This record gives sequence, structure tokens and C-alpha cells, in this order.
Amino acid sequence: MSTVVAFLVGVLVGLVGLGIVVLSRRAGTARVRRHLGTEAEQVTYETLHKAWSAAPPLRAGLSSDTARKAARHLRGLLRAPALAITDGEQRLAWDGSGEQHADAAVALAATAFRTGKVSVLGPDRIACADPSCTLRYAVAAPIAVEDEVRAVLTVYSAEESAGLARAATEVARWVSGQLELAELDRSKARLIEAEVRALRAQISPHFIYNSLTAIASFVRTDPARARNLLLEFADFTRYSFRRHGDFTTLAEELNSIDQYLNLERARFGERLTVTLQISPEVLPVAVPFLCLQPLVENAVQHGMEDRANGCHITILAQDGGSEALLSVEDDGAGMDPEQCRRMLSGKGDGGGMALGNIDERLRQVYGHEYGLVVETALGAGTKVKLRVPKHRVGVHAT
Amino acid sequence: MTSTYSVVAVAIVITATMLIGANGLRLSRTTSDFYVASRTVSPWWNASAIGGEYLSAASFLGVAGLIFAYGADMLWFAVGYTAGYLVLLTLVAAPLRRSGAYTLPDFAEERLASVPVRRIASLLTVGIGWLYLLPQLQGAGLTLYTVTGLSPLVGAVAVAVVVVVNVMAGGMRSITIVQAFQFWLKLAAITIPMVFLLLAWQHDGAPTPIGPTPPAFTERTTVRVNSAVTVRVHEPVRVTVTGVVDGDRLRESPVRLSTGTHRIDQGTSVTFPAGAVVPQVTSIPATTGEQWALPLSGTSGDHSLYVVYSLIVATFLGVMGLPHVIVRFYTNPNGWAARRTTVVLLVLLGVFYVQLPLYGMFGRLYTPELLMTGRTDATILLLPARVIGGLGGDLLSALVAGGAFAAFLSTASGLTVAVAGVISRNTLRRFGITGFRIAAVGAMTVPLAMTLVSSRLSVADVVGLAFAVAASSLCPLVVLGIWWRGLTSVGAAAGMTVGGGLALTAGLLTLMGAAQPGWWMDLLRWPAAWTVPIGFAVMVGVSLATPGSTPPGVARLMARLHAPESLGLRSTAAREEAAQ
Repeated sequence: MSTVVAFLVGVLVGLVGLGIVVLSRRAGTARVRRHLGTEAEQVTYETLHKAWSAAPPLRAGLSSDTARKAARHLRGLLRAPALAITDGEQRLAWDGSGEQHADAAVALAATAFRTGKVSVLGPDRIACADPSCTLRYAVAAPIAVEDEVRAVLTVYSAEESAGLARAATEVARWVSGQLELAELDRSKARLIEAEVRALRAQISPHFIYNSLTAIASFVRTDPARARNLLLEFADFTRYSFRRHGDFTTLAEELNSIDQYLNLERARFGERLTVTLQISPEVLPVAVPFLCLQPLVENAVQHGMEDRANGCHITILAQDGGSEALLSVEDDGAGMDPEQCRRMLSGKGDGGGMALGNIDERLRQVYGHEYGLVVETALGAGTKVKLRVPKHRVGVHAT
Repeated sequence: MTSTYSVVAVAIVITATMLIGANGLRLSRTTSDFYVASRTVSPWWNASAIGGEYLSAASFLGVAGLIFAYGADMLWFAVGYTAGYLVLLTLVAAPLRRSGAYTLPDFAEERLASVPVRRIASLLTVGIGWLYLLPQLQGAGLTLYTVTGLSPLVGAVAVAVVVVVNVMAGGMRSITIVQAFQFWLKLAAITIPMVFLLLAWQHDGAPTPIGPTPPAFTERTTVRVNSAVTVRVHEPVRVTVTGVVDGDRLRESPVRLSTGTHRIDQGTSVTFPAGAVVPQVTSIPATTGEQWALPLSGTSGDHSLYVVYSLIVATFLGVMGLPHVIVRFYTNPNGWAARRTTVVLLVLLGVFYVQLPLYGMFGRLYTPELLMTGRTDATILLLPARVIGGLGGDLLSALVAGGAFAAFLSTASGLTVAVAGVISRNTLRRFGITGFRIAAVGAMTVPLAMTLVSSRLSVADVVGLAFAVAASSLCPLVVLGIWWRGLTSVGAAAGMTVGGGLALTAGLLTLMGAAQPGWWMDLLRWPAAWTVPIGFAVMVGVSLATPGSTPPGVARLMARLHAPESLGLRSTAAREEAAQ
């Protein structure tokens, strides 16, 4: 009996322990609030916490969904009985008592929306038949992004107060700031997208010229090979220029690398050797489009740079539990780690742009712990490593 | 005891596993030929590898032991462990693969866009993994004890250490070829002795255990009891005892055991004359050969029909909640390959499980004394030496022991990797590979600790508990998640918590021995028949009550899960998206 009780306790303790660990990050914020300070400090913490809670939905941009989520926290911040967020045409969110006023919110906010100035509204505009309803006054404060009014924050109250107008204005400004940040996030994403498009179009004229010359040299001596190389060239360019989808499977990416290397081998012959170590388990993993192929191009360029005796490239793809571990290595000239750091931070040019772009995209999709890792030194070759999780919400090969 | 050969076999298996783990990298293909390197894993290889991880020795030792002890009703274990894949094939395999999820928590997050649901699914996955690891360690202890006489703890600790060291050394790459090889090794370890057993049985004149009497000793037999048991004697018998019976300390003394129950203490040897009916431990209902062979004859309790249905529900629906099985499906390149793999797997598992009832029958004929010690799980390990004898028997026993040990190692590795993956993904992600290694230690420590305090639990009971919990919690999540667009995150969380919680509570109450025999005990011991419907009902009911928490984009996700790849819908949809 006692052993069985011990067993039960073991199971429960294990599960509870794991639960605590898993949930601890959420609880972390709650714990901070319990460290008591003076009353004024507590009020400050409380305010900051509410602002912090309202920030994430707003950082996703303004829609009725995000406005609804943020409105709850904003109302707490203002201690107002009711609050509305409207844009020019419709009500995005209503939070608090007095639902019957919700429909009039857009009309109330019209002046503020048009002029971009705070308007204070009295009982003449906030008429109500319900005797239990306390809403009499309202402050409508515009929310502007880059000097353009996008929405209006209307705060209701029972009595007129200068403090409320001031607070509403400040909160509206704070919301504007968050929305501007959201705009910034979007432009950053657009920038990366543009870079990927540039990468796709970045098949260098030299590569095209060299490949075609190499193919031409086989046309008479080995027509079959020339034909195959031409087909490879066609497939390679089609993959690199494809317009749809941000993700592909590792198998497809490796396939494109194969075509690229075949073309390069036609040109360099025996001087370019390649070793592959591919675990078949990771081939179906979805990876960002062109996350590996530019690295191989870089490796060939580096390895072949002023070296008469050729170069060796090693490509690894291993299964690492819930992640795929990838690396591309060349035994070429290597580079100064400092220069490499500049490239990763996006300050390089040409090949450096590819490195920085891949690093940026990996971090954006998977989080900062998934950036590129480069091991290099002058004369010691270069090894670029990356990790790709096998699953991430929203990441699908197309 | 056939110690020497078996110990050598077990040692070879452990050494080979360690070597493969340390050098696993070199086994993954090194080539400069892209065509070979970029070919995805074929369904046959993949099915063999899933079989390698799935066929735990705990399940095959346990199933043969259960059929041996309780009779025809337990055939459903062999059927259910295979047929679970039929349910997986028809309802889950292809859509789950198309979802792109690596684990079930991944699927929960993908489908319901909710981090809390993901966390609940993670907790359940880890819990089920632990419950399933526990019998692996116990079974390893039992195997080592049966072939060498070492304390059962040694085997459990040995498997735990080998697996953890291996996983930490980088053996976490569950290399398909190695796992596939493990499957064929296990199949050989079961099939080759079976061929010889069948020949020997034919040679004996094909005796049948189906008769009007309970099993009897065919010759004068000495039974050594290694942990105290209470046995029921059916007819008075004169035996010779060294040790303690009913509190009397005896030495080489003749004793008359009267009809009724007797307590035999640890370390006692009892010698029975030829033809004596085997006393059975009180937990195994005393049955004649006819009752044993007849379904629903009450051998598995007073409510056989309920027990059978509960067993069917748990095993058919529990398979899809086993973490190490689900992660292997990810290796399939697409939904079609996932289905194909499952079909092949059904064939492979069928060939395997069809042999276990025969082992149960042979156990009744040739190792009836196990009914008295209660260690019916050991019958497969003992049969070759008992029936065939001589060097051949010893070698066959060694093959079975080696195969069983390989099974413990491969299943335990697969589970440890899967559980550690879930733990590190949720809590230790920022530590990368180091986090995974820490998690691997944790994934093994908990079940090992549970083994140390719970050596008396039946292997099959704990396996059954793991299946019941999986069927009541993760099965509704996966099935409704794939087939019902109305599922909401609140509904999924409530259903998983209630279904899984009830099954776990019922199982733990049984293991604690809280219930008296009767309806309550059967309901608690075989909970799936009521916890699975409750799990589904709560999930559906709460989902209907909270339509507001339907995740956005369900329609698009459903189209992706269900549209066959050959339609090309995915790339068309993506092109449209890009064009906008």
C-alpha cells in the first residue's frame, strides 16, 4: 500500500512540478506586482502594468479585434466607466457600462476625427433615457499615426473634470505611439520581403555567363551532358525566380543546391568537390525559401577565390530531435570575424547581404535564438550553421 | 535459469546500442550523390522504424502474460494494439501530417492558435510518456531478473542509464535505419523461437490447454517464490516446503495444503508432485481450460463485456496519443506517404501480434507455475528453454532476452527523446541542445523514481493506464481538431483536462487498491469506456457554449488538412495569397 501511495505522490509531484515550470513565465509578471512599495509607487506600477497589457494587441495594428482587447486595459488605465474606440466609419470597440451609447460613438467622435483636436462633450450630446445610466460627459481624443488621424478614443464619465481630458489626451498619444511602432514593424517586414525578392533576382550575370559558357563547351564533345546541364539551368532559375510562398521543404532547397553545384562543377571540373551528409528524416522540414542555397553560393565563391588547387564544400543536415541542424562549410580563405560580424548586421554588400538577410529572416520567423552562427578566421575556411525547428505555427512549405 | 547465453545476448544488445549511439552520425548517409541523399524515407522503412519504436517489450511480454493468465478476453489487447493504427489510418494519419505538426502540442497550437491549450497538451504528452516509460523500465528489470536472477532494480537502472547516456551523447537522432533494424530484430526474436516451439509442440502430440480442469504440473516441480504471494489451492495436495507457509517456518518438510487460500513468504521453495493442480495467486481468477478459452466467461472479472468494450476503446483510440509514435509520422514527406506507412505498419504489427496468443497458450501448457508466482509476464522468456531444452533452448532463450532488451532500449529511447523534446521546447528552449540534454535527464528520472517505489504494479496495468489517459484526452483533441471546425480552444482545454484527469484518477485509484471488487473496481480499472465519451462530450459541449473562442482561419486550415496533395490546392492557394 505504502509503495503505491509513494507512486501516486511521485506522479502528482512530477506533473505539478512540470506545470509550475511551464506556467512560471506567465506567473513571473504577477509576482513582480506583489513586491510592495509605497502607495504612490504601487499606483505607478499598476499604471505601467496596465499600459504593458494593452501594448501587445496594439502592436499588431488597429482592427476591431485588437481594439477590443486593448480597450479593456485602457479603460482600467483611465478608471473610466466606459470607453469607445472608433475610426472614421465604424465603432471598433466599446468597453464598460451604458451599451446604449455605443451606437452613437461614431457620431460623437466625428469632430475629433475631422479636426484632429480633442473635443469635450457635455450632457447635451450624451442624452440617455435610462435613469440608472451615469454617463453624462465624454472626451474624444484623436489617435494619429504620422500626422494622420486613424481613430478616436472616446472616454465617458459621470462628471466633468479637467483631469479626465488631460488623461484621455495622454492615453490617446500613447496609443498613437504604439500604432506607429506597429507601422514600423510592418515596414521592417516589407523591407525583408523586398530583400528576398532582390535575392531571388540576384542570380549574378557572371554565373549565367559562366554557366552558359561551360554548357557551350560540352555541346560538341558531350551533347547529352550539355542538354542535361541546360535543363538543370532552367530548373535552377525557375526555382530561384519563383514568386509564391515564403517557405519550401529542405528537400526542394537541397535539390536547387544540387542543380547549382552541377552547373558549377561543369565549370570548375575536378577542382570543386562536395561532401554531403543528409539525414533523410529532416528532408520534409519546412525551411525559409533560399535559406541555404545562397550560403552554398557564398561557400563556392569563397573557396574558389584565388586558389588554384580547388576547394571542398561540406553540407550537413542532421536530425536534432525537434529541430533540424544544418551547416555549410568551405575550406577556402576564410574571413576576418569582425568583417563577418558587420555582414551579419546587414552592413556588408553582395554576398554579405545574403548572410544578413538569411540571419534576419531566421530570427524573425523562429526567434532570436535561431540566428546564423558563423565560425571563421583568416585562412581557416568558413562554416555557417543554422537550426530550424521542425514545426512553428504558420510555417508551411508551399 | 539460462543465464550465460542470455547475459551475453543482453550485453551484446547494450554494447551495440551504445556504439550505434556514439557513431550514429556516420550511419546517416555520407555521399556526394545528391540523388541518393535527397530521397525521403520510404513508407516501408518508415513503417519498420515506427514498429521498432512502438513494439515495446512491455507490451509483448505483458500481452502474452495477460492472455496466459486471464484467457480469451485479453486477445483484445493484441488486436487493439494493432487496430489502433487502423483508426489512426482512417481518421488521423494524413491530415495530421499535412498540418506540419511535429508533436501533438504542435498540432494543438496550429489548430487552435492558443498557447494555454498547447501547454495542457504538453503536460499530457509528458505525463503519458512517463506512464509509458515506467513499464518499460519495470519490464527490463523483470527480463534481467528472469534470465540472471539479479534484482529487478538493476535492469531498470541499466536501461535508464544506457538510454540517457545515449540520448545525451547525440543518439537523439532517431535514425530511421537503426530503428527499422530494431523492428526486424524483435520480429526475429519472437518468430524464430515460435517456429521451434510449434515444432516441439507438434512433437508432443499437440496437447491443448482447453480441458475441464485448471492447469496442472506435468512432472514433479519445485517452485521458488521470490516475492510473497497469497495463493488459492483448488484441491488438497501434499507438497514439500522449505521456507515459510502460512506463518510456519519449515525446512524440507512435507505439508498438506488444504483447499482454500495460503500465504507463501518470500524465498520459499515448494515442490509439487506430478499431476498436482497449480495453485493460483488470488488476483488471477481460478479457471479451467474451458473457461480460459471461452470469451466473456468471467475470467476477467464479473463484467467481462464491459471490460472488453473498455479495452477496445482504450487501445483503439490511445495509440494516437503516444508521443514517440506521432513524431515518427513527421518523417513522411506528405499525407499520402503517411497513409501508406500506416498500411504497411498494420501488416508488420499484425505479423507480430498474432504470435502472442500462441505464447499465452504455450505458457499455460509448459510454464503453469507462473500462475502461482504471479509473474506471468515472464512466460515468453522461459518457454524456449523449458520446451526445447539443451543448447538450442538456451540459444533461443538468449535470442528472446536480447530481443526484449533491444525492445526496451528502442522504445525507451524513442519516448525519452519525445518527452525531452516537449519539455525543452516549452521550458528550456533558450538553452538549445544543452536544454534538450537537461530535459532528457528529467524525462528519465521521474519514471525511474516511480519504478523504485512501485515494483509491484503489473506491467500491463500501467500500459493500459497510459492508453486510457491518451484515449480520453489527446484522442478527442486530435479527432475533433481534424474533423470538426466548431472546436474551440476553451472546449479543447476543458475536454482534455476532464477526460485525461478522470482517466488518470481512476487508474491511480486502482493502482492504490482503493476499490473493493465489484462494479466500482471494474469501472476504475478499465476507465476508458466512460472517460473517453466524457472527454468527447465535454469538448463538444464546451465548444458549443463558447463559439467566441473559435480560432481565426479555421476554414483555410481545414482545407489544408484535408485536401490531397495531388490536387495542388496548397500551391494554388499560396499563389493567390501572393498575388493579393
